Amino acid sequence: MATRRTRRARGRPVFLVDGARTPFLKARGRPGPFSAADLAVQAGRPLLLRQPFEPPEIDEVVLGCVMPGPDEANVARVAALRLGCGERVPAWTVQRNCGSGMQAVDVAFRRIAAGHADLVLAGGTETMSRAPLLLDLALAAWLGDWCRARGLPARLRALARLRPRHLRPVVGLLRGLTDPVVGLSMGQTAEHLAWRFGIAREAMDAFALESHRRLAAAQDEGRLPELEPAFGADGVAYTADDGLRRDTSMERLAALPPAFDRPFGQVTAGNSAQVTDGAAWVLLASEAAVEAHGLEPLARIVDTEWAALDPAQMGLGPVHAMAPLLARRRLRSADVDFWEINEAFAAQVLACLAAWTDARYCREALGLRRPFEPIPHERLNVDGGAISLGHPVGASGARIVLHLAHVLAREGARRGLATLCVGGGQGGAVLLEREAQG
Amino acid sequence: MSGWRHWRLERDGDGIAWLTLDVAGAGANVLSREVLEELGAVLEALEAEPPRGLVLRSGKPGGFVAGADVRELAAVRDRGEALALVRQGQGLLGRLEALPCPTVALIHGYCLGGGLELALACTWRVAEDGPRTRIGLPEVRLGIHPGFGGTVRAIERAGPLAALALMLAGRAVDARRARRLGLVDHAVPRRHLERAARSLLAGPPPRRRARWTHRLVEAPGVRHAAAAWLAWRTARAVRREHYPAPFALIRLWREHGGRREAMLEAEARSVARLAVSPTARNLVRAFLLGERLKGFGKAEAPPVAHVHVVGAGTMGGDIAAWCALQGLRVTLTDTRAEALAGAVARAQRLLARRLRAPHLVTAALDRLVPDPHGHGVRRADLVVEAIVEDLEAKRALFARLEREARPDALLATNTSSIPLERIAEALHAPARLVGLHFFNPVARMRLVEVVSGPGTDPGAAARACAFVRAIDRLPLPVRSAPGFLVNRALMPYLLEAVTLEAEGLAPERIDAAAVAFGMPVGPVELADRVGLDICLAVAEVLARELGRPVPERLRALVEAGRLGRKSGHGFYEWRGGRPRKARVRRREAAPADLTDRLVLPLLNELAACLREGVVSDADLADAGLVHGAGFAPFRGGPLAYARARGVREVTAALAGLERRYGERFRPDPGWALLADEGGQSATSKEAQP
Repeated sequence: MATRRTRRARGRPVFLVDGARTPFLKARGRPGPFSAADLAVQAGRPLLLRQPFEPPEIDEVVLGCVMPGPDEANVARVAALRLGCGERVPAWTVQRNCGSGMQAVDVAFRRIAAGHADLVLAGGTETMSRAPLLLDLALAAWLGDWCRARGLPARLRALARLRPRHLRPVVGLLRGLTDPVVGLSMGQTAEHLAWRFGIAREAMDAFALESHRRLAAAQDEGRLPELEPAFGADGVAYTADDGLRRDTSMERLAALPPAFDRPFGQVTAGNSAQVTDGAAWVLLASEAAVEAHGLEPLARIVDTEWAALDPAQMGLGPVHAMAPLLARRRLRSADVDFWEINEAFAAQVLACLAAWTDARYCREALGLRRPFEPIPHERLNVDGGAISLGHPVGASGARIVLHLAHVLAREGARRGLATLCVGGGQGGAVLLEREAQG
Repeated sequence: MSGWRHWRLERDGDGIAWLTLDVAGAGANVLSREVLEELGAVLEALEAEPPRGLVLRSGKPGGFVAGADVRELAAVRDRGEALALVRQGQGLLGRLEALPCPTVALIHGYCLGGGLELALACTWRVAEDGPRTRIGLPEVRLGIHPGFGGTVRAIERAGPLAALALMLAGRAVDARRARRLGLVDHAVPRRHLERAARSLLAGPPPRRRARWTHRLVEAPGVRHAAAAWLAWRTARAVRREHYPAPFALIRLWREHGGRREAMLEAEARSVARLAVSPTARNLVRAFLLGERLKGFGKAEAPPVAHVHVVGAGTMGGDIAAWCALQGLRVTLTDTRAEALAGAVARAQRLLARRLRAPHLVTAALDRLVPDPHGHGVRRADLVVEAIVEDLEAKRALFARLEREARPDALLATNTSSIPLERIAEALHAPARLVGLHFFNPVARMRLVEVVSGPGTDPGAAARACAFVRAIDRLPLPVRSAPGFLVNRALMPYLLEAVTLEAEGLAPERIDAAAVAFGMPVGPVELADRVGLDICLAVAEVLARELGRPVPERLRALVEAGRLGRKSGHGFYEWRGGRPRKARVRRREAAPADLTDRLVLPLLNELAACLREGVVSDADLADAGLVHGAGFAPFRGGPLAYARARGVREVTAALAGLERRYGERFRPDPGWALLADEGGQSATSKEAQP
């Protein structure tokens, strides 16, 4: 299988000028304090407040979300109106599973590059804690019969057909995290990669531990400038990502049981991304908009790429998206200063790193003559990732793009690559650049 | 049709007559004598040539009819004149009811008092189901009860208990609730108002019969028991000697319920008697004082769309929430994230209570933006400071706000005690600095003192007044002086209560005396509610600026950490937001001069305020204390009370207190101004024909 030859995005330069996200709030078994639209509003209000333009001057709003609440089907439109963008700013929601937030950024990028828009608000939002409990389809059928049953005898007959198993709720979240084509949960696809690339439990746990350590350091040193506190109607100020476990250790991680393949699996709750609520926005602008409003770009979006592969190995999506992108840009690993690979599972990120340098995989799966040089861990997810922060599926793509832009600005670096795997067997990647600085 | 000024009658092709009330030269429809007289002519035309059906509606965008003309009511000289006025209205509505064709009232917006009585005289009523529709009979708030047959017809439609509850509370309900009560027949969106009216006239539904429970309550024995229960419940809220109207209404029903003609006749007599009572006169005065305050907000000024509030404490947070409720965009800034979160939670409770519909609550809450970094200041039309009462902190803040805010933005401080000119010293251009002194709780206290310092531009003060009006509060322009008007007048009253308590009188007894006088809460409980530390701070400012003494007892309590309700313990112990009070036993006689010792210092301080020109006239002082401090409204305000009692009598009583208790009671020279004025004030002039 050879890498598809895709053409580079052509058109006007596109700048990432600002962005904001809510704290990522770990789902704790009960519905969280914010709906998906609430989160988008919480992150969007402070972002728009500090801009020199009024919200209605935005040309378009694009928001990624995997499972909007039942009363906010086009959650982008709901958020845009609630943010005061006004009636006349179009807004649409995109869904590409875990890639939804990055898809929104990509859409905004392409709309501006092609000259359709100058100022686009793009992002992702997800309230996994409010994933619906569904009715069993058999119960839905029974309810339909019950409503049509007229008279006592018919009703009694209908009642007699009701079975306890019909009443069992269906957890929407678990269904959403299971691939219907290959019949594997996302965790099981990670187990598959661990087996295929020989990744040990200790390596996964060490990676997870490092994710927590890096996030703790980033929090302590104030290296999360994109974070805006969220204020709940419950009277609580949510000021920090609360999935962080400062007290975790190799021993504690080692003690956790496998979460997906019992009893022999290696992927645990500790070395997987957390189930979390959160939202992230980025503001993209054309050169004209930058000049008109006097904006100060953080970075330029240079190119994006999407790829697809076997759903059972969806975790390798980043490799498949990055390879053609770097190839057509004639870039090597060393040309990229900082990397963000979304941490769906420690095993999955480690498998990507392994595949990236594996001559056979690069040759057979990607059609490359030579593998890439390694991605140094000290330049990858430098401020932690989804294992410590959590992974609100629709939001993570926008978060890693935004945070990467901040990392590049902070480090005075030139180039960064943000990438993630997508349930169902896809991968996405976004290449950022900054003008070289002294 | 025939040269009417206020009514318009059009007949359409279906034989339906559309009668539109559009009172000339007024923003709202009010049933003045002239409007009623013209209605007589309209009815003559309709009686002469009856249409197939009649639809009655309003030509005003804001609402149907706001009620009878309060100014005419205030001008009534004696009971006979009042009776004639009421009988005129009763007769006209009786003729409307007796028209041979079916009639429908189309209600949008407010439909209050005489307006609802007019609608009730129609065969059917259709009300717009919208957020602005308010339907009710608030007459008891003016010391009377419905007089155009409204008591009879409301009871016929809604049943005695529901109708009486509505009239006794004087509260207005929305269209859906009015439909449930039976006051209106349809509650529909505006787009269906006309179709609903036509459909009622074309094929009317069976008229809703009074439910058997209604008839049961009307049965003689049951009626008397129910009336006794209603009277008992009413007495728990208000005193009969202060507010006779609700009790008269209950008596009217008890004696005549179920007998239409007799009840109509008794209604007219009862209203005529109430209308000339001092309570009604004073409540009407209080209402008109409020109208006068509203007038200050009518200045042409650039509207305020975005308010930036600095400080998310109780006041700042509640001001922000109120502004968001009123449709403004608000940014609320504070360095403490928990304070912002607490303000959001309080706002959520207020908004949920006021707006009910979840989408409206969400929209209002979205308008209230917690702004930890203070970005909102650059966008705001108005910046309100509500931080700690510390002059240096305020100066530093305003120096920064002046740099960051738009040059045309209004700057305001919510200080309750610091003179404006002290803060103004920190500004390069103090012309746009005003004081906006809100009272706690913001959602309940309608008054806002708009404070002008020596450097304040009159245009800025006028704009601030317009803003206060735009958020449905009452602006009272005051000159910058220690404590401004309301707190300064309240403080001697509160401090005297503290002194009395220190002398050994039970706080329950002190409070009972004030409540018996007509205050909403007693001074000791009020001090506890406000917070003793805040009382002390204001008292000390007044002590410094005006040489008023501060009771040691107050200082001792604050030093002991007993701050009132917020610390759970002040003069009273507080449990669940309520003070634990011992029952006052009647046989322990209170000192004869107790009430005077409490109330007269307040009056005396107002005389001083007038002398110093803190407010421009006595009526404004009364308006401030009635609407800002709840001073016994049925007394018409503190200075109206002084005039009614006699200014000479009051100064003599003060002199007597001075001899017994010290010079803090010395009559202020300002009384001379009042004595000379002799009741010739703006409002009373207006009230005279």
